Amino acid sequence: MLSIKNLTVSIHGKQIIKGLNLEVKEGEVHAIMGPNGSGKSTLASVIAGREMFDVDEGEITYMDQDIFDMAPETRAREGIFLGFQYPVEIPGVSIANFLRTAINEKRKYLGLEPMTGAEFLKLMEEKKKMVEIHSKLTNRSVNEGFSGGEKKKNEIFQMAMLEPRLAILDETDSGLDIDALKVVANGVNKLRRPDNATIVITHYQRLLDYIVPDFVHVLYDGRIIKSGGKELALELENKGYDWVKKETKTDTVS
Amino acid sequence: MADKNNQILEEVTGSDYKYGFYTDIEMDQAPPGLTEDTIRFISAKKNEPQFMLDFRLKAFRHWKTLEEPKWAHVDYPPIKYQDLIYYSAPRKRPKYDSLDEVDPELLETFEKLGIPLDEQKMLAGVAVDAVMDSVSVGSTFKKTLAEHGVIFCSFSEALQKHPELIKKYMGKVVPHTDNFFAALNSAVFSDGSFAYIPKGVRCPLELSTYFRINAANTGQFERTLIVAEEGSYVSYMEGCTAPIRDENQLHAAIVEIIAHKNAEVKYSTVQNWWPGDKQGKGGVYNFVTKRGICEGENAKISWTQVETGSAITWKYPSLILKGDNSTGEFYSVAVTNNKQQADTGTKMIHLGKNTKSTIISKGISGGKSNNSYRGLVKTTRNAENARNFSQCDSLLLGDQCGAHTFPYLDVGNRSSIVEHEATTSKISEDQLFYCLQRGIDMEGAIGLIVNGYAKEVLSKLPMEFAVEAQKLLSISLEGSVG
Ligand SMILES: Nc1ncnc2c1ncn2[C@@H]1O[C@H](COP(=O)(O)OP(=O)(O)OP(=O)(O)O)[C@@H](O)[C@H]1O
Ligand SMILES: [Mg+2]
Repeated sequence: MLSIKNLTVSIHGKQIIKGLNLEVKEGEVHAIMGPNGSGKSTLASVIAGREMFDVDEGEITYMDQDIFDMAPETRAREGIFLGFQYPVEIPGVSIANFLRTAINEKRKYLGLEPMTGAEFLKLMEEKKKMVEIHSKLTNRSVNEGFSGGEKKKNEIFQMAMLEPRLAILDETDSGLDIDALKVVANGVNKLRRPDNATIVITHYQRLLDYIVPDFVHVLYDGRIIKSGGKELALELENKGYDWVKKETKTDTVS
Repeated sequence: MADKNNQILEEVTGSDYKYGFYTDIEMDQAPPGLTEDTIRFISAKKNEPQFMLDFRLKAFRHWKTLEEPKWAHVDYPPIKYQDLIYYSAPRKRPKYDSLDEVDPELLETFEKLGIPLDEQKMLAGVAVDAVMDSVSVGSTFKKTLAEHGVIFCSFSEALQKHPELIKKYMGKVVPHTDNFFAALNSAVFSDGSFAYIPKGVRCPLELSTYFRINAANTGQFERTLIVAEEGSYVSYMEGCTAPIRDENQLHAAIVEIIAHKNAEVKYSTVQNWWPGDKQGKGGVYNFVTKRGICEGENAKISWTQVETGSAITWKYPSLILKGDNSTGEFYSVAVTNNKQQADTGTKMIHLGKNTKSTIISKGISGGKSNNSYRGLVKTTRNAENARNFSQCDSLLLGDQCGAHTFPYLDVGNRSSIVEHEATTSKISEDQLFYCLQRGIDMEGAIGLIVNGYAKEVLSKLPMEFAVEAQKLLSISLEGSVG
């Protein structure tokens, strides 16, 4: 579904991603871990189509298409969803209105009729239940005055509404209390299907108790320096990143 | 320049015979230029009562002594007042036989605004089928109003049928001496609308739908006069979301609103004059004087305006709170894009005791436009316990546009409380990307964000127009960033 080859990305001449490879197949859950500033969010942004980054080298294909030929909104309509690490506020625009616009844009792109008000409300009720979001939240403006945790839950709610093919969740677990964490993880699990894939970016192996990954990758200084199964997350938690760094120095595996 | 204008004026007025035209009542159009004869011609053409002609002449004589204001934060080539035509007979015949002949760009905009087909035709000047003609819509409308004693008609008609009301109220809120453009309008105004709500009557209809159908024919120098008698209520909407092109570049309208004791007037206006092309060529200059007065106790005027058009807008609607306990509200959204310039603002004049006012102004600038806001809040010595709250926000799209806020507070009474808040913000790249990432394209994103920003004001508009106004904001800002 997603294939990244030798990706090199810079901003203002500073290299951030330095020859990264990643392969994500349908039905898989990948976890990406790595120290602060290692390039996790940058990778997510580049996949989503943020223009501020320069792609110097490499290629990304998504559903057999060159992703760089697709505008950010096209990528979204083709099923890429990014749960932002820092969701922004859009004052005066209700979540309901925002999502209805988003869904209908996508439907238009797919050649479908726009969703009626009633259909939309029904869908919203259903998904609210699924991700256990307070019903009042959707009447409020997008993220305006939301607590940190509410913002993250709202990202999951949007994901549930948009039913993406490839979801990238950038530290959606940060700032969540333990109950919320379970709710979020539950939501992700419920949305899991054989034909979609999820990339979770996280610092905590705790999340991976709930969302069990097929692969764990360590992103370090712009490269994936180690990949493994879910045990890798535990090992990382115990030994820290220095351990992988040392190990890769001796092994030089990639 | 003003000197030169005066010189030209003097030359012309001083030597009528040179251009000498004899007032020919059969003519459809007055010859270019402005003299007392032009004014007599207009008045005769409209078969006006003597008091009206006197009013016009007085205004004209005053206008000749004035200089065009130069202090607005705008820039435009001098207007050649002597080259203008001040009267032409209303065009009655449709210009086109079918919509196919109309400029496709205009039609596209109608489409985007969601204006019904029949209205599109009327707005574009296309002949309309007999099934739905404006005359019959108008007459059922008028019948309902008449049952309640509400007068709602053109200014010319009012002059014939209700001269005593016009004489009593016209020029009472905006006297001809008010400013250069008001004097000009008072001298040469073509037509406009008159609404009168009798004592204790709650106007059964929004005075809006009908208006829009006729809005396409707005004249160059219009006058609106709204009088709400004691204890009455009316919601009045004027203007048009559809873009109005006009060969007349200069527009100088006057709006006067009078709310008597316990009366409430809700006045909404959407203005979408043709702003000119991207270089600003061919756009309309909109210099208008609009003012309302809360004449009696507990009167209330609530004013909502959405302004997206014109190459140049010069507009300072004001409310005078004369009656004790009267209330004034002013909600405004002004959009400028490309090379548009707007110098707008509002004045709240508190004269009575316990008067309250609110000003919410939202400016949105894109492209290379310039948006200036001047607000004046004045409380006089007698205005005990007067209160005002003003909030003036500016939203910038891109780095090439400008927004300026000039608040003036003139507090003449110690017990009055005047609060002013101002913010300037930009649409952030993060916000735009957030929308893009959800599958909403750039224009949709700007539309959403801008409408969210202006929501507080848009929500005050009558329902049917709120939806259109939202679309209008998005359309006006197309191509405003990156
Ligand atoms: N807009 C930018 N301008 C300059 N530098 C940037 C920009 N965005 C990211 N960087 C730099 O790129 C590097 C990687 O940042 P990124 O946000 O991808 O890290 P991260 O792995 O997500 O970190 P964290 O775990 O703290 O979220 C950092 O050094 C960061 O300072
Ligand atoms: Mg990050």
